[in-house]
Amino acid sequence: MIDEPLYPIAVLIDELKNEDIQLRLNSIRRLSTIARALGEERTRKELIPFLSENNDDDDEVLLAMAEELGVFIPYVGGVEYANVLLPPLETLCTVEETCVRDKAVESLCRIGAQMREQDLVESFIPLVKRLAAGEWFTARVSSCGLFHIAYPSAPEALKTELRAIYSQLCQDDMPMVRRSAATNLGKFAATVEAPHLKVDIMSMFDDLTQYDQDSVRLLAVEGCAALGKLLEPQDCVAHILPVMVNFSQDKSWRVRYMVANQLFELCEAVGPEPTRLDLVPAYVRLLRDNEAEVRIAAAGKVTKFCRILNPELAIQHILPCVKELSTDSSQYVRSALASVIMGMAPALGKDATIDQLLPIFLSLLKDEFPDVRLNIISKLDQVNQVIGIDLLSQSLLPAIVELAEDRHWRVRLAIIEYIPLLASQLGVGFFDDKLGALCMQWLKDKVYSIRDAAANNVKRLAEEFGPDWAMQHIVPQVLDMINNPHYLYRMTILHAISLLASVMGSDVTCSKLLPVVINASKDRVPNIKFNVAKVLQSLIPIVDQSVLEKTIRPCLVELSEDPDVDVRFFASQALQSIDHVIMSS
Amino acid sequence: MNGGDEVVAAPPGPPQLLDWKFSQVFGERTAGEEVQEVDIISAIEFDKTGDHLATGDRGGRVVLFERTDTKDHGVSRRDLERMDYPIGRHPEFRYKTEFQSHEPEFDYLKSLEIEEKINKIRWCQTANSALFLLSTNDKTIKFWKVTSQETSLVARSRRVYAHAHDYHINSISNNSDGETFISADDLRINLWNLDISNQSFNIVDVKPANMEDLTEVITSAEFHPTHCNMLAYSSSKGSIRLIDLRQSALCDSHTKLFEEPEAPSSRSFFTEIIASISDIKFAKDGRYILSRDYMTLKLWDINMDSGPVATFQVHEYLRPKLCDLYENDSIFDKFECCLSGDGLRVATGSYSNLFRVFGCASGSSEATTLEATKNPMRRQVQTPSRPSRSLSSITRVVRRGPETPGVDANGNSFDFTTKLLHLAWHPTENSIACAAANSLYVYYA
Repeated sequence: MIDEPLYPIAVLIDELKNEDIQLRLNSIRRLSTIARALGEERTRKELIPFLSENNDDDDEVLLAMAEELGVFIPYVGGVEYANVLLPPLETLCTVEETCVRDKAVESLCRIGAQMREQDLVESFIPLVKRLAAGEWFTARVSSCGLFHIAYPSAPEALKTELRAIYSQLCQDDMPMVRRSAATNLGKFAATVEAPHLKVDIMSMFDDLTQYDQDSVRLLAVEGCAALGKLLEPQDCVAHILPVMVNFSQDKSWRVRYMVANQLFELCEAVGPEPTRLDLVPAYVRLLRDNEAEVRIAAAGKVTKFCRILNPELAIQHILPCVKELSTDSSQYVRSALASVIMGMAPALGKDATIDQLLPIFLSLLKDEFPDVRLNIISKLDQVNQVIGIDLLSQSLLPAIVELAEDRHWRVRLAIIEYIPLLASQLGVGFFDDKLGALCMQWLKDKVYSIRDAAANNVKRLAEEFGPDWAMQHIVPQVLDMINNPHYLYRMTILHAISLLASVMGSDVTCSKLLPVVINASKDRVPNIKFNVAKVLQSLIPIVDQSVLEKTIRPCLVELSEDPDVDVRFFASQALQSIDHVIMSS
Repeated sequence: MNGGDEVVAAPPGPPQLLDWKFSQVFGERTAGEEVQEVDIISAIEFDKTGDHLATGDRGGRVVLFERTDTKDHGVSRRDLERMDYPIGRHPEFRYKTEFQSHEPEFDYLKSLEIEEKINKIRWCQTANSALFLLSTNDKTIKFWKVTSQETSLVARSRRVYAHAHDYHINSISNNSDGETFISADDLRINLWNLDISNQSFNIVDVKPANMEDLTEVITSAEFHPTHCNMLAYSSSKGSIRLIDLRQSALCDSHTKLFEEPEAPSSRSFFTEIIASISDIKFAKDGRYILSRDYMTLKLWDINMDSGPVATFQVHEYLRPKLCDLYENDSIFDKFECCLSGDGLRVATGSYSNLFRVFGCASGSSEATTLEATKNPMRRQVQTPSRPSRSLSSITRVVRRGPETPGVDANGNSFDFTTKLLHLAWHPTENSIACAAANSLYVYYA
């Protein structure tokens, strides 16, 4: 990049003003190149002021600019000049597009974190104050995310002022500002000294938690977990725990939904006894909430929660709810449960898993909703570690077969993706008996994506069980199918062959696979013939030079004289590759 | 509280009967001018401050007007209000800009033409010196940003919220949380985040499993002005449902239901048709909901679901004519309604370019009929107590299309081709903007 001539730099600078968005974007993305070419001083005195005045209206350009400026300190002459980067970012903090503002705040934080303390006091903190007092809510929203950078460097009096300003933001007229204050409270609180934390921050927290717009309260929930980690356990129990328990019974399902997601994080902060007395009952209520969305969130955290509790508590209180959820009326609840329930096995131990969890696994494996079954199968390895696969395998097979034949191709696709995992967990024996036939059947699926995935699957199985096994159980079956009357299926087989070749190695490729491919070059369908050319090209690195010359080249030469233009094209491409290989060797 | 469809003299005591005066007209027709279909105004909306007014038309255009009477002096409007500035000033607007919001489209999958007609406009929170608004036609909602660049104003479509409605969108409404809005069609209400155009959440779905069981459709929906969790929607059966988004992600069950069954004695073939609510609006304080059906305006207290707190007869005189109105489809006309910022008065449109203003404060019997012309009060003379004047003596602007003038028992004429469907009340002052075909009239009191 450094060696780039000056001419393109002039073009890039010119393009910053171009009408074409793509050109402006292109130029902004290479802002560092421009800066390097201009040198530090001109970057400070010309480029940055130019960017500050540039009120581009395109979000993509603004977003790119916000991002680039975040790493611009080296180009303006190092940390001592970092403050020249603040004005353009300050402007970007006030635009209406949320993602641009967020990026500008992120970049300001990045720059602020490197700035010298004196510069922070002289330029960064005033910027935060200006934004916080901004006329438009966008500026005030952005300011909330900067306090945690500004605060630590501020002298005592300024710290008091910053806390007061943040408190104002927590009571702003605009719910958008309050939401931002709620979202960033945890970060800010982490920088505030303990005595102020208990007084000032907690009163801000109270303001937010008591606001009647649930869109604000639900973000305050996130603050609970963050603040909880900062406070001493007894303060956490006294101040945060009651709020969280209240929130868990909030009128608004969105607030309860957030609690269901966050509750487990508070367990460690309050300690085991309050967890047992207050948080477990609250969590159990959420697992039994009226609103399916809340149960979905709660069910998704069941494993994380159980890992924190001791096994007795989990078995006594959580497990009965899990049983209920496994037959929940909402398929999405069951699906959320199925995606995590296998992880409970290590937390509960072998006996409880066999006695209590296994029946639930089995019932979920028979669920009418395919996602539920798939989620169980996808996490099979977790339970395998605890109780082994044998107890499950009887139920697994019908579930897999049913999914393999599901009428929705996306379901079939999902199960194919898990076949290598299943193969590794179930072992060769089980696989040979039950699943091998399925894998071949998918190669003849009506849907292209399935055939494509099936070809990949064949390759991954060969990798999993090794070439010897594949030679016996995969290769002959696959090669048989090259005689399928439908050309699309023959094409799938060619694709599978090219994938298998890399796993099987040179000998098998030359003796078994190559003849089939060569034979296919006489197919009556041009699509097959040019795919033969492509496959042959892919085999070049695998086979010997003699094979290249004796077998592959003559075949390609013949194809290169084919009446079909596409066949000729791909054949000549492959021939060029051969020439290239031979020349370089 | 008993409104009548005739004009009543000002009662003693507050609130005073308003004296309405003509302020402005935009796009006034000259005699003999044909109205182009595309020019007919189909939506009117003031922004929150009342400094801007937007109209949409059947040609898919949005026209913006800005207030001129507040900007020529140093003192802010709020200060002026505090000083109790002498009356005599009233909102005046000037044309600001216009842009093509929607174009006619064709849905090839369904073989359906999608009209460009703007069904609704809603102003959004200003995030900087630019103006932001949502506009929608039958299928697609667009989010616009209007900025001044050098000397000209530029409108840019910031986001397009499409492909979420199988039926025609009748309403859009911003939430007080500043980040979400709803869109409602005949059978569903969707919730959007303003920042996200590629997904929305269906929160109300009244579509029956079998379309043959369909008995009721959604006609209008609006968010509560301050409670971000509450919204109301009206139906073709004359009911209003209040739903609480906190209760459930899918709000198929309502929190409150407001309806007033027609007395069995007056039931007829038309009962269900005229019960259909064409528009609902929350009052600014959020306590009352105003609804318009074909015959009446009704004011509901959201704390009282036993019946409306007030009913204002708008079209009672048309009752004998319902058969004709059904024949010519006028019975399906969708009249909008609006409330004054102080909640003391309500207004709605009618035929012959008339609109009516009723006092709804307790003790008020204010009921004024105005005509969307430069002389709005001339209808005042046609009170039943006076002998009706011959209409032909009043020179009227030439109207398009066939006229079906008639005179009812009270001497009111009705002309079904000139209907005043859209109107809006200024958020802070007694000023009404209304559309008569392609003309926008502004009145003040």
